[in-house]
Amino acid sequence: MEEQFAKLDIRKDENIVYKRTPLLVDRPLSYCPGCGHGTVHRMLMETLEEMDIQDKTIGISPVGCSVLAYDFLNIDMLGAAHGRAPALATAIKRMWPDKFVFTYQGDGDLAAIGTAETIHACNRGENFVIIFINNGIYGMTGGQMAPTTLPGMRSSTSPYGRDEKTMGHPLRMTELVAQLPGTYFVTRQAVHTPNHVRRTKKALRKAFENQKLNVGISFIEVVSNCNSGWKMTPVNSNKWMEDNMFPYYPLGDIKVDGKIVEPKAVTAKAGE
Amino acid sequence: MGELRLMKGNEAVAEAAIRAGCDGYFGYPITPQSEIMEYLMVEKPHERTGMVVLQAESEVASINMLYGGAGTGKMVMTSSSSPGISLMQEGISYMAGAELPCLIVNVVRGGPGLGTIQPSQADYFQAVKGGGHGDYHMIVLAPASVQEMSDFVKLGFDLAFKYRTPVLILSDGAIGQMMEKVELFDPIPRRTNEEVIRQCPWAATGKPKERDHIIITSLDLDPAGQEKINLKLQAKYRQMKKDEVRFEMIQCEDAEYIFIAFGLSARICQKAMDIARAKNIKVGLFRPVTLFPFPAKAIAEISKKVKGMLVVEMNAGQMIEDVRLSLDSPQKVEHYGRFGGIIPAPDEVVSALEQQIIGG
Repeated sequence: MEEQFAKLDIRKDENIVYKRTPLLVDRPLSYCPGCGHGTVHRMLMETLEEMDIQDKTIGISPVGCSVLAYDFLNIDMLGAAHGRAPALATAIKRMWPDKFVFTYQGDGDLAAIGTAETIHACNRGENFVIIFINNGIYGMTGGQMAPTTLPGMRSSTSPYGRDEKTMGHPLRMTELVAQLPGTYFVTRQAVHTPNHVRRTKKALRKAFENQKLNVGISFIEVVSNCNSGWKMTPVNSNKWMEDNMFPYYPLGDIKVDGKIVEPKAVTAKAGE
Repeated sequence: MGELRLMKGNEAVAEAAIRAGCDGYFGYPITPQSEIMEYLMVEKPHERTGMVVLQAESEVASINMLYGGAGTGKMVMTSSSSPGISLMQEGISYMAGAELPCLIVNVVRGGPGLGTIQPSQADYFQAVKGGGHGDYHMIVLAPASVQEMSDFVKLGFDLAFKYRTPVLILSDGAIGQMMEKVELFDPIPRRTNEEVIRQCPWAATGKPKERDHIIITSLDLDPAGQEKINLKLQAKYRQMKKDEVRFEMIQCEDAEYIFIAFGLSARICQKAMDIARAKNIKVGLFRPVTLFPFPAKAIAEISKKVKGMLVVEMNAGQMIEDVRLSLDSPQKVEHYGRFGGIIPAPDEVVSALEQQIIGG
């Protein structure tokens, strides 16, 4: 009893320094503990709250772990078919040009089944934000190989490790779309440390501000962990991500204000 | 009297879309319907009404653009021909599940596969039975003239929004390509954004403080919830069967035999009817206009008044299954079909009537 009273005491309004933004629905997230989705959700909603555009934003969730994102994000949303979010966003933004529109997609959704929709929305220079969560695996369906799975990396459909000769190479979608004239801001971020979280939020703000300029796609990749799919503890998965994912998917801005800024990022390989 | 014009069926669809107040057309080129998007691009509807026209990267993208547009309450359409419509089936299923209104025009060509670019009616099953996965239907309208290509665009949008459902115009390469006189309806102004928000309170248009956020989806992982959605859809289809059945009967009053045919086949049967009547064969024409909901009751009634019925289709026998399901008692009903892009001549239809029904 005493302990409970103490908790209630601590929860007094004047003691609260960090709380749920009202743009997140008050319900438990469906993501595994340790996963980065929840952090990205929060940064995204904080951005909309700070810009005061909740009533002007329409979001599109994918098929994948974040299929239920619309249950957590307190804005109007549409759940797209697998890979098709950029097609939905294209039509919505063209017919509601004053709205802020974003897609939230995983690597299977954006870089495998939805490659055509991603490339063509970027190439047309549509004026919305693409948030791309890359954890190198199909999380929701149980850890199968993704287009972004690293060479040698084990998954349930590459149980002996990804063999590049027969299974192809990990796809760097972000470098690819940066080459298209229709993209205006292309960056790769992470959310596993407070510093990276802050950078991701800054990128989100910039991406949504860009929509006011009507200048093309803002594309934010967030390299994230999948401790369940990778079969690691959250802490180990973050370490593994730093050691293995970041060399292949180097963090940082690739294109800012329509100009490529870091061509060396394109050549980095795993293990270098 | 509205404006009269000599137009192709495909052009009539495009002009009618602009006049109906359509907000967005999304399509991908395919023969024999490419004139629809070509006409729209030439007409610059963005200047005429503010309508958006976009050439998508595929039919898959087109139908998902419709999903996005419709989910925000906008009046959206696409058009394609058979292989392209096959590619759209997943998206159509999603839209049926999420209860989104849209208009899809299928200017059918012969199949299967890449088939041919010549006219066919072989997509009947796909159109009326659902086509994609899951228990759903679209309202299916079958135009038999260029005039109906125009009229059904307006009717199609009305029904799509009335029932919050995808509506399909099942045309064919001949109706799309042929030129006829059309009386165009007067332009209806596009709805303002405020009107869209008022008329479509279910649409995702941006969450104001005073209401809950809106979610457009066909997903419900809870089987009880998913069954509820299915039951709601089924109730909607029953309502359509009650209120939206449309058909036309020509010279059926004294008929001893009838042709049952839709679309282009019905036009051919009209000529066949004249030839047969000149030979003193009293034959009438029953033309289903809505293929879903199907005019089952009317067919059951007329079947009792005639000696036999010939179902004429440009396919291997698809609508005839619905005709047979409509009958309360065994009746003489046979099928005559040509396929793969062949259009039957009126005299071969008369011969089929004589051999399969009268002499058979």
